[in-house]
Amino acid sequence: MDILSNLAMGFEIAASPYTLLLAVIGCFVGTIIGALPGLGPSNGVALLIPISFSMGLDAISALVLLTSVYYGAMYGGRISSILLNIPGDEPAMMTTLDGYPMAKQGRAAEALVVSGVASFVGAFAATIGLMIFAPYLAGVAFKFGPAEYFALYMLAFCTLGGIGSNNQAKSALAAAIGLAIAMIGLDKTTGMPRFTFGELHLMDGVDFLVAIVGLFAVAEVFFFIETHGKDSAIGVKLGKILVPWKMLRQTSGAMARGTGIGFVAGVLPGAGASLGSFLAYMAEKSSARDKDSFGKGNPRGVAAPEAGNNAAAGGALVPMLTLGVPGSGTTAVLLALLLTLNITPGPLLFTERPEVVWSLIAALLIANVVLLLMNVPMVKVFVHILSVPAWILLPGVTMIAFVGIYSLTGSSFDMLMMVGFGVLGYIMRKLNIPTVPVILGILLGNAMEDNLRRAMVLSNGDWTFLFSSPIAVGLWIAAGLGFVAPIFLRGLLKKPALPDNDPTTIED
Amino acid sequence: MIRGDRIFGSVMIVIALGYILSARGIETSFMSDPVGPRVFPYLIAVVMILCSLVMVLRPDPEADWPAGPMVAQLAIAFAVLVGYAYSISPLGFIIPTAIASGVLCWQIAGHPLRAAMTGVGLGVGLWVLFRLILGLGLRGLPAGWGF
Repeated sequence: MDILSNLAMGFEIAASPYTLLLAVIGCFVGTIIGALPGLGPSNGVALLIPISFSMGLDAISALVLLTSVYYGAMYGGRISSILLNIPGDEPAMMTTLDGYPMAKQGRAAEALVVSGVASFVGAFAATIGLMIFAPYLAGVAFKFGPAEYFALYMLAFCTLGGIGSNNQAKSALAAAIGLAIAMIGLDKTTGMPRFTFGELHLMDGVDFLVAIVGLFAVAEVFFFIETHGKDSAIGVKLGKILVPWKMLRQTSGAMARGTGIGFVAGVLPGAGASLGSFLAYMAEKSSARDKDSFGKGNPRGVAAPEAGNNAAAGGALVPMLTLGVPGSGTTAVLLALLLTLNITPGPLLFTERPEVVWSLIAALLIANVVLLLMNVPMVKVFVHILSVPAWILLPGVTMIAFVGIYSLTGSSFDMLMMVGFGVLGYIMRKLNIPTVPVILGILLGNAMEDNLRRAMVLSNGDWTFLFSSPIAVGLWIAAGLGFVAPIFLRGLLKKPALPDNDPTTIED
Repeated sequence: MIRGDRIFGSVMIVIALGYILSARGIETSFMSDPVGPRVFPYLIAVVMILCSLVMVLRPDPEADWPAGPMVAQLAIAFAVLVGYAYSISPLGFIIPTAIASGVLCWQIAGHPLRAAMTGVGLGVGLWVLFRLILGLGLRGLPAGWGF
């Protein structure tokens, strides 16, 4: 079989002792990043890209390291959700609903084991789904011309903006800001400088890593100082870790359903892991006979969203690898990683550089097994790390952000720009404007313009060419729906009230 | 009533207008495509203006902005980061890092001794991690001091 022989090739590359070591390190670091509140997967991967790049890792090693971090962060997010009632990252939000009540009832260990196994089931199944669906989608993607790609980028912006924000205008504005920043620098077609104002540093454009680290990590610093990081202390005692086989059997259905829902949510552009875990939880709750026990410590309410968010994380790699269109903030950062490594995702990646794709998939499978071992028997290690006080952690993270950018570019100008993006990110978060579309805009801006212009060359300036093929029309309709539909669905899909995050209540 | 959304929207409108003005000045070479380098920036600026107008006309409820002393704290953090960006090249890694992380630590924990220890610890510790273990090209001390 094709898949199996490809997979064997992937394992041959990825299973060397050195890459295995990198996978273990990546999983470890990733779980810590996920577990620490305020440091999410996108943050963590963004911080590590410049560092792994300056270390001179080759493409496959860097890919293995950072995708392990990505999956690790997805696993780790649940730890602080369960123990602290603070989601370690955004997708883990739904896990607080039943995870923290379980912990308060003295069942923290069970909750951690069930959610760890659920994470494994979701992520592993999603990686297999990725193996099956990605080559198929890559085949479809060969039919895409410039007009279809332009429509596809619109779809990504529209669904991400529509689903990810409460205010359509704000997310569209954020996307436009990102696109506007992407225009800075030399125009590829004509070679003319645009928006550089004579500044030599801007000729190459704004480095997306500078923007990502600024918008995510530096903005977090300002936010943290304002809130004073009151929320970092273990409130729940953790007993001995035993595997509750009976509970695992009871929740296996929830895991399977969560995996399916999460994977589909992940494959859809713009949805991402947060939506995956949300839908998985809501579906599990509404299909259950004992609806009342959800929110009060039902293990199925822990298993479903965790399987959902990890499956979505894997599913989100499908459009990212085959079409070059990320479906969420974290996959946007992974796209940045691929671009940094000079790997252009798209259908050609599967035919021209199969070793990259399949060693990545092999690395994901390896990372999952490593993560299962780390997150179930060894979970206590991470619980101890969670007790590192914020006043050490935050300055450390800030300095790592600076080191990464400095060692990558060596210029004060880029670091100043990073601080500037930090301020922008802080203001945008205050105003409830999502920052992920900005990143997406910076990443996709040039390709989007390029495709538009190529389409116009093909059609000799006829704009109706953008709507000339059935695929393009379908994408435009989907984009319109993705942007507008959430306005109407918002009333139906009301999110459940968030658990009380008041620090005083955590101590009990 | 003035709200954050209105201010941000107005600022973005001004920026978008400036963007259009700047895009008008982009030179095209004789070998250009039907679209040219100006049209896409124009489209972006139009989207920016439309969205900003929505923000100005229909602002969301006001965000919870920090009050006086907290603004000062944020300004200090900002100044520290800017200063750090300027000083890491001439002064090497360890000294600016110790000072910057010490100040940030003091801002969060509010404990001078603890902050000083964290600063020195992070300055030296991160240098060891990045320079000695990961092998990044960072200079530890100011030029001419060794390392």
